[in-house]
Amino acid sequence: MRSKDFGVIPGLSKKYPKETSLELFRRMCAIRYFEQGVIESVQAKYIDYLVYLSSGQEAIAAAMSVALQGFMIFAQHRCHGTYLAFGGTPAKLRDELLGMDTGTSRGRAGSNCVQCHENEVAMFGHHGLIGENVPLGVGAALGSNKPVVCFFGDGAAEEDYVFAAMGFAVTHRLPVIFVCEDNNLSILTKVDIRRSWSITHVARALGMPAVDITDDPWTILETAGQFKNTLPAFINIYTCRANWHAGVGVDGPPEWDRLSMVREELEKMGLSSQSEKIEKDIIAEMEKLWDKKHLQKL
Amino acid sequence: MGQKTLAETIKEITSDHLEQHNGLLLGESISAVGWVNNTVPNVKGIVELPMTDVAGAGIAVGAALVGRRPIFVIRFQDFLILNGSPLIFFAAKTKELHGKSAPVFVRAIASDGLGPVHSGVLHSIFMHFPGFRVCSPMTPNEYREIWETYMKNDDPMICSEHRLSYPNTQELSDITVENAHVTLYAISCTRFEAAKAVESLKIDGIRCNLVNILWLKPFDITDRLIQPLKESKLGLVIDPGHEIAGAARSIAYELNFAAECSVKALGLEDRTKCLCPPYKNMAPNAEIICKTVKEMLKKGE
Repeated sequence: MRSKDFGVIPGLSKKYPKETSLELFRRMCAIRYFEQGVIESVQAKYIDYLVYLSSGQEAIAAAMSVALQGFMIFAQHRCHGTYLAFGGTPAKLRDELLGMDTGTSRGRAGSNCVQCHENEVAMFGHHGLIGENVPLGVGAALGSNKPVVCFFGDGAAEEDYVFAAMGFAVTHRLPVIFVCEDNNLSILTKVDIRRSWSITHVARALGMPAVDITDDPWTILETAGQFKNTLPAFINIYTCRANWHAGVGVDGPPEWDRLSMVREELEKMGLSSQSEKIEKDIIAEMEKLWDKKHLQKL
Repeated sequence: MGQKTLAETIKEITSDHLEQHNGLLLGESISAVGWVNNTVPNVKGIVELPMTDVAGAGIAVGAALVGRRPIFVIRFQDFLILNGSPLIFFAAKTKELHGKSAPVFVRAIASDGLGPVHSGVLHSIFMHFPGFRVCSPMTPNEYREIWETYMKNDDPMICSEHRLSYPNTQELSDITVENAHVTLYAISCTRFEAAKAVESLKIDGIRCNLVNILWLKPFDITDRLIQPLKESKLGLVIDPGHEIAGAARSIAYELNFAAECSVKALGLEDRTKCLCPPYKNMAPNAEIICKTVKEMLKKGE
């Protein structure tokens, strides 16, 4: 069932304006190359604690940030990508990771609980109990009647309070979209070892629209665009974590690398010169952001 | 028309909050069996939660994040073990971590004699974690005071209520006497028993000060609290929760060092509160308080 093509709608990339496709790619690149700077800074000991990387999973945040403008965001612990895609300032996240007063939470929260309350973004920090953000997001929707997106992983989906909160959202018809970033791993334990049931089936049984798809950004964009009109709703998205659960190491090549696949798709669409420029510019921006000489001064 | 009971006062404050200030009240089975001891009004803004304790607390905290100042009702404090994680790990930490507060008002209701998981007093657990205000009002005016404090600040508050206090109409004043043998510091429902103990001990020739403790955290050592102890040189802190690592011992420790006097703690024995007598392990009553005081004085002779 889980694969790089699961649920992909053929030819969908051509349905969207090229500006949209390039923007998806730009946001994915911003996450990948920001985190390249994080990885090097951890290796050089500028950051000396465990970080939770979004690399490999960038397409979800990129596509959701395009689809769900104006939603309050309740992110999971693996949240750098969410912050950057939805409009957070990269330098503030860097400063947060470095423990500086100029960081997103004045250097107190760190990698796994990033918040953003500027640039018209309302993103609440996660504190580290997986899935805790789901009831919080549901409560925020109840209290404000504003739309909310809750991101969580396939491990958090197993927390009882997650589907209890999803059920509450159905009962009260709350405007919440639940997004499971399913990288198939709880640390290193795969889903099929942990459970025999599907969170998508649970969501359907609770009475909300629910679907499994892979992390093709155009498919995410299309699905979220449809589902945001029938909230609450649930989307389970197969994706691949490039690095360890916590830390910058790798356990071998991921099942697929969506960034490379999107790059190839843009090439097929005749957008290679534009995408190359985007990637080159992002690399230059992030190298400057993480410049070692600059870090030494901070 | 007579004075209002504490239950009526809570109901009145709640009604005003929900109807005039866009507040919310969340809890399980709120409208069932007497509307939580007749402390909840039947007005708009009440959210019946399903029996999902952890998620329910998280939903209340989420509503606090968006400014609804929710009242979260927990019928039995023991359930705080389930409800606790969103309160402890999110509501109490978010202000320090992110500068964004989640001011949820937790009505944690205690009882006695209802068995192993319906008779607990767990406020000491919340004193332990940073980020909460913790109080235990037993009178109408005290409740108004703590509510005003909650609304003026942006911290989550654990309001440790006790069913025994709901019919109360009286304010409970401190008692100070000349040449007191001992100063009693009473918390929650033990305040009613401590007042009886003071009268009983008086008959036996033992003079007691009695200081009522409303705020458990922050616990400020004021003159009102410390002066009677400095004069009596001996103190006893009484709490209806478990004594080991509990509120009584924590406060006794603080008073002990602040006044350089000997202060003992009296709480529940280290055993489960069973449903059937004689195994109920009830909160310290006047008889136990008197016995403890006499033992302390005997030891000090």
